[in-house]
Amino acid sequence: MIADVYIELKEGVTDPEGESTKKALKLLGFDNVKKVSTRKVFRIEIDENDRKKAEEEIRQMCEKLLANPVIQKYKINWIS
Amino acid sequence: MGEIEDKIEDIKIAVLRIEGTNCEDETVRALRNLGVFAEAVHLKQFYSDIIKESEKRNISDYSGIIFPGGFSAGDYVRAGAIFSARVKSVLRKDLEEFIRQGFPVLGICNGFQILVELGALPGFDEDRPLSETPEMVLAINNSNRFECRQSLLKHENRGKCIFTRNLGEQVVRYPVAHAEGKVTFPSSMERVYINRLVQNDQIVFRYVDEEGNYAGYPWNPNGSVYNIAGICNVKGNVFGLMPHPERAFFSWNHLDYPKKGDVFSEVTSEAFGEGKVIFQSMIDYIRDIL
Repeated sequence: MIADVYIELKEGVTDPEGESTKKALKLLGFDNVKKVSTRKVFRIEIDENDRKKAEEEIRQMCEKLLANPVIQKYKINWIS
Repeated sequence: MGEIEDKIEDIKIAVLRIEGTNCEDETVRALRNLGVFAEAVHLKQFYSDIIKESEKRNISDYSGIIFPGGFSAGDYVRAGAIFSARVKSVLRKDLEEFIRQGFPVLGICNGFQILVELGALPGFDEDRPLSETPEMVLAINNSNRFECRQSLLKHENRGKCIFTRNLGEQVVRYPVAHAEGKVTFPSSMERVYINRLVQNDQIVFRYVDEEGNYAGYPWNPNGSVYNIAGICNVKGNVFGLMPHPERAFFSWNHLDYPKKGDVFSEVTSEAFGEGKVIFQSMIDYIRDIL
């Protein structure tokens, strides 16, 4: 099975990468840009047929390494 | 005098490295300059079974551990996250015991990030030196840039941090060099944690300007809450800071060297800079507990 794991900043946490990207886009003339935020995506292929078990395992991965719960949250999007 | 010298010979400090750490040499050199045995040790030397017998190490071989600066594992995932995950998987129990027994652990820059990811800092619980999940993070600098410059740090610890016991209430100059150094607590706990750090005497260094006042960017290079540059755990034997004391170890490391009136030929490598005090305090403390 394959999952895309999105690591995002929690609501209200400043996103300096997003902010400066937005600034650069504005400078390039994209005046309509209202907000830019960044996220990191890990595509994880996992040797497991049971979706529930696989999801639980990916949650563990997020909690143990991929996300720092102080400022980040995660979302799992199954590709196959 | 003889007894003190004997004890210094017993002191062994490990500077842990993996791929991507890059400040281990300066850190080892600083320690050796103060007369103790210090070596850069690869994490694999603690657990791998495919290395030479003579290169195998145990945490109990050492009386102090330093996580040096650098870009361990390329700063992938988050700065320090991978080094920390590897320590957790192979050394967690040993490291917890080491801290519980009162041995000193120092993290500089990337090393601070590793200690935070390990849950060793802020380290509010003396009985559980590594918390289950991280309680703070060193987030991307507000400027979204790698900030590399001199920083001024006001020492505010009242005696708990064993790494700054030889330092009075004064301002020191250490360089910073990082892109992820903004001390950040869970937003709902920010006030609570800061109050707790102050009450427990866990605040060690705060960024200040030339007049010694807490100031914003660029004095505070990353946007750290409460201008925090370095904190220790509740026991005082685990200390992390973003600025680099090992890069201010010799007088010639400082920007204003040579000062007006200095004569080059008179200055030798014996002339120390303002970073020496961290390593000296660590060694003095180990001498007392051995």
